[in-house]
Amino acid sequence: MITLTPGQAAAEATEAILADFMGGPHRGVIVDSPPGAGKTTLVVTAATTLADSGERLMIVAQTNEQVDDLTDKLATKAPTLSIGRLHSDGFSVPSRVTRHPGVTASNKIDQVESCAVVIATADKWAYVSGHSWSWAIVDEAYQMRSDKLLAIAALFDRALFVGDPGQLDPFSVVDTERWAGLAWDPMQSAVAVIGRLNDLPVHRLPVSWRLPASAAPLVSEAFYPFASFRSGTAAADRELQLTTAGFPVPWDRTLNEAAATGWALHELPSRHTIRTDAEAVQACAGLATRLLQRGAVAHDENGSHDVGPDRIAIGCAHTDQVAAIRAAGTPAGVTVDTANRLQGREYDVTIVLHPLSGRRDATAFHLESGRLCVLTSRHRHACIVVARAGIAELLDNHPSTGRVQLNVPVKFPDGWEANHAVLAHLSNHRVGA
Amino acid sequence: MSIMSSYARALAVQNGRAQPVATVRHLHLSATPMVFIPLKLAGEAAAPLAALVGTDPANPRLLVVPQPRNRDLRFAFMAELAEVLLPYIEGLAGVTETVEAKTPYERCADAPQLLVPNRGGIAFTKLLGRSTRFRRTDGPYPVHPSVPVLGQWLTFLSERAEYAGSSALVSMTDALALHWATGQSSMEDANLATQLAWIAPPEGLDGPEAALVAEDPLTSPPAGPETHPDFDGQVLEYAIQAFETSGSAAQVREALRSQLEPTWTLMWQGVRLLRELPEAATVEARWARDRDQFTRETARLAEGGFPRGRVDGAVSAAIRLADLESALQAYEAQRAFDDPLVMIEHRVAGKAFSGEVVAVDATRRIVPAGKTRAAPRPLVTIRTSDPVRLSPGRRLVSSRNRKQRTEIVDITGDLVVIQVNDQMGRGATPAPGSVPEVGDVVCYAELDPSGGQRPRLPAGEDTPWTHGGPPEPYVPTDEDAQEAWS
Repeated sequence: MITLTPGQAAAEATEAILADFMGGPHRGVIVDSPPGAGKTTLVVTAATTLADSGERLMIVAQTNEQVDDLTDKLATKAPTLSIGRLHSDGFSVPSRVTRHPGVTASNKIDQVESCAVVIATADKWAYVSGHSWSWAIVDEAYQMRSDKLLAIAALFDRALFVGDPGQLDPFSVVDTERWAGLAWDPMQSAVAVIGRLNDLPVHRLPVSWRLPASAAPLVSEAFYPFASFRSGTAAADRELQLTTAGFPVPWDRTLNEAAATGWALHELPSRHTIRTDAEAVQACAGLATRLLQRGAVAHDENGSHDVGPDRIAIGCAHTDQVAAIRAAGTPAGVTVDTANRLQGREYDVTIVLHPLSGRRDATAFHLESGRLCVLTSRHRHACIVVARAGIAELLDNHPSTGRVQLNVPVKFPDGWEANHAVLAHLSNHRVGA
Repeated sequence: MSIMSSYARALAVQNGRAQPVATVRHLHLSATPMVFIPLKLAGEAAAPLAALVGTDPANPRLLVVPQPRNRDLRFAFMAELAEVLLPYIEGLAGVTETVEAKTPYERCADAPQLLVPNRGGIAFTKLLGRSTRFRRTDGPYPVHPSVPVLGQWLTFLSERAEYAGSSALVSMTDALALHWATGQSSMEDANLATQLAWIAPPEGLDGPEAALVAEDPLTSPPAGPETHPDFDGQVLEYAIQAFETSGSAAQVREALRSQLEPTWTLMWQGVRLLRELPEAATVEARWARDRDQFTRETARLAEGGFPRGRVDGAVSAAIRLADLESALQAYEAQRAFDDPLVMIEHRVAGKAFSGEVVAVDATRRIVPAGKTRAAPRPLVTIRTSDPVRLSPGRRLVSSRNRKQRTEIVDITGDLVVIQVNDQMGRGATPAPGSVPEVGDVVCYAELDPSGGQRPRLPAGEDTPWTHGGPPEPYVPTDEDAQEAWS
């Protein structure tokens, strides 16, 4: 058997998906896409192919940020395509969207309806009625709640549902088990519902172009145990270079470890802390500052560039931690956000405040595998995890004991297990603070 | 658990007495609440055993099932329960008032309110409704005509209880926990006897001592729906055997009365404690929603409405989820704006802040995004000592006008600048009083009491293919009432 190169494997998968979407007997096709697997390329290819054959297409994404990103990429890769950016009243469209001549932005569907591609958030699409499209692409479909899909499903005949099954599930502020086990439980993701009620083909993108060779095997094994993927680049293709030598202090040793191996665990002494643990917060901000001071340069398959603040992100679990890290002297321009808001984003280096750091208990929220998956799969070069010692013991004291409910599909991977897998790997990259 | 509620619990432990966590009462308390204490048979899903029920503290009515394994006796019990509850409910349905709205409509002047001891009581009420609403009055195993009607009402009440801020079916322990923090865990607070011991300990005892006394199942039997296993094995079993041999339910009645009466006293003690608190400002409006729903359910049943299905369809589930979410959002916001002690929780969390207005730019006009003409957008600068964890662009609501929309423009140190976006009249400058003035003490929070707007969903018969397509229309059959567990 001939082993395909990553590029060939990805091209083959894309071809099969498009053939199934445009020529297959199903009304929907599901595409599971691991982090950074060229989902946007797939969407762009599908959009241009449909537009070339004179078909109109609607694209649904979940947040305005995602819609703007996608519009920008679509217009960059296909400058001749006419794209309608439908938005809500009072929303100011960013310049990265309006700079493209092919893009028409409006809050009225009538003004963009004639475009080959119309793109909007699911919330905005829900207010469109009396129009229909033959083709739709639903992006980030695993983050879309199924009731949102219900509101827009009448707009299209056939749809391609693209998303990352490993990321965070949608949630509701309402805590109810009323619909547990129902196939159309509105609190599930859109993909879970269409998958259970319709027999749809599921495709998978096999290559992550974002994750480096140091990260893809771990992320694949820990979070995608039954849908493995590989890195599109070899270990030699990516290098994070620190142009200054640094001091023999923990922050710099952590950065050295991360630059050399792609991973580092910056471990603080074991202690039970409040959520906004001052030392951990300080470490996150300090590591970002030192990384910039040491003049990191990223070398990859596209060339070399300085790692500026816009290429660094700090991720954590709670909004109060975000506020605390921002207030702790994080350099301007560095992204600090919760896992929910980092979904779909990409950076050169990420610094992660471990969701279980300093906790006394491991709740379902903190154990959710999607949260850790998002945080540890945003980087192209290196990921630095800041944590209190003792998380492995904490996990052992809190085995996951969720109630079993009838007819609710078992979800893999189990967050408890995924956490252990990541910790075991990180223990080889530990730097004691 | 928030920092504030942890703090209140710690204070309660230190002082040996529950601490108030609300200054006003956040639920409606009817003038004649129906107290309902149901008990079920251990080991069965929905086998009623007994209930103490009534609106008069001095005159409870005891209903029992002398042999709870006998299904005929269970439904005889339900028919008896209907004799108490249906006149109460239907009596309230008869009195209506006209609501002045765009299209005026009739609304019941009052609605039923059922008080049960704990969440278990709500869950059991729901199961009782489910096991009775599908029953037929003819065909095999007929029941008394009042039983399915009662089932529909119990279902209505327990479904209302899912909505945040509804007072139609209230669990006493939850209602008390909303207003007092005890020194126990929230799990322990589900025990009505110990919770009340912390809140109002008897003379000569402090909270922990009184709670210790109240843990004795002989003086404070469980508030249901489960009974104490020792009672089941040592008292109830023999009483049921006595009924089997003699045909007299007297012994069962006496045994169950001993288990229910202490809780009855506690329930009314809880009612008295809650009555002492003044009602919060928005309680009336939320109770009006309960009354609206009660009026609609009355009309639906009068037209011979089918019993509600056991599972929701795709569309009704989505609509219900949206309703539940907006009820919760509105309730949280209203509670915070009604009560400074609740607002403190949000201020500590950084989602709200309070402070003095130090500067106002009332004449500022800008062209808002998506608009072509300049409009007044005054800026208000507030100095606050609260830990604000909001960022520019976040939309806030003010305590002085809960409908006015504002957004944060800038936060520098202890100064927060907000922009007022509406509710300023039609003039070129803001109407007098519509914008705060220098020196005013104001409170802004990222909480929306309006519950938000939402798009329309397709009708049930238009359920799209993604959600399984249109469901089969419901046709009642004799098998409707069958359950895997009954």
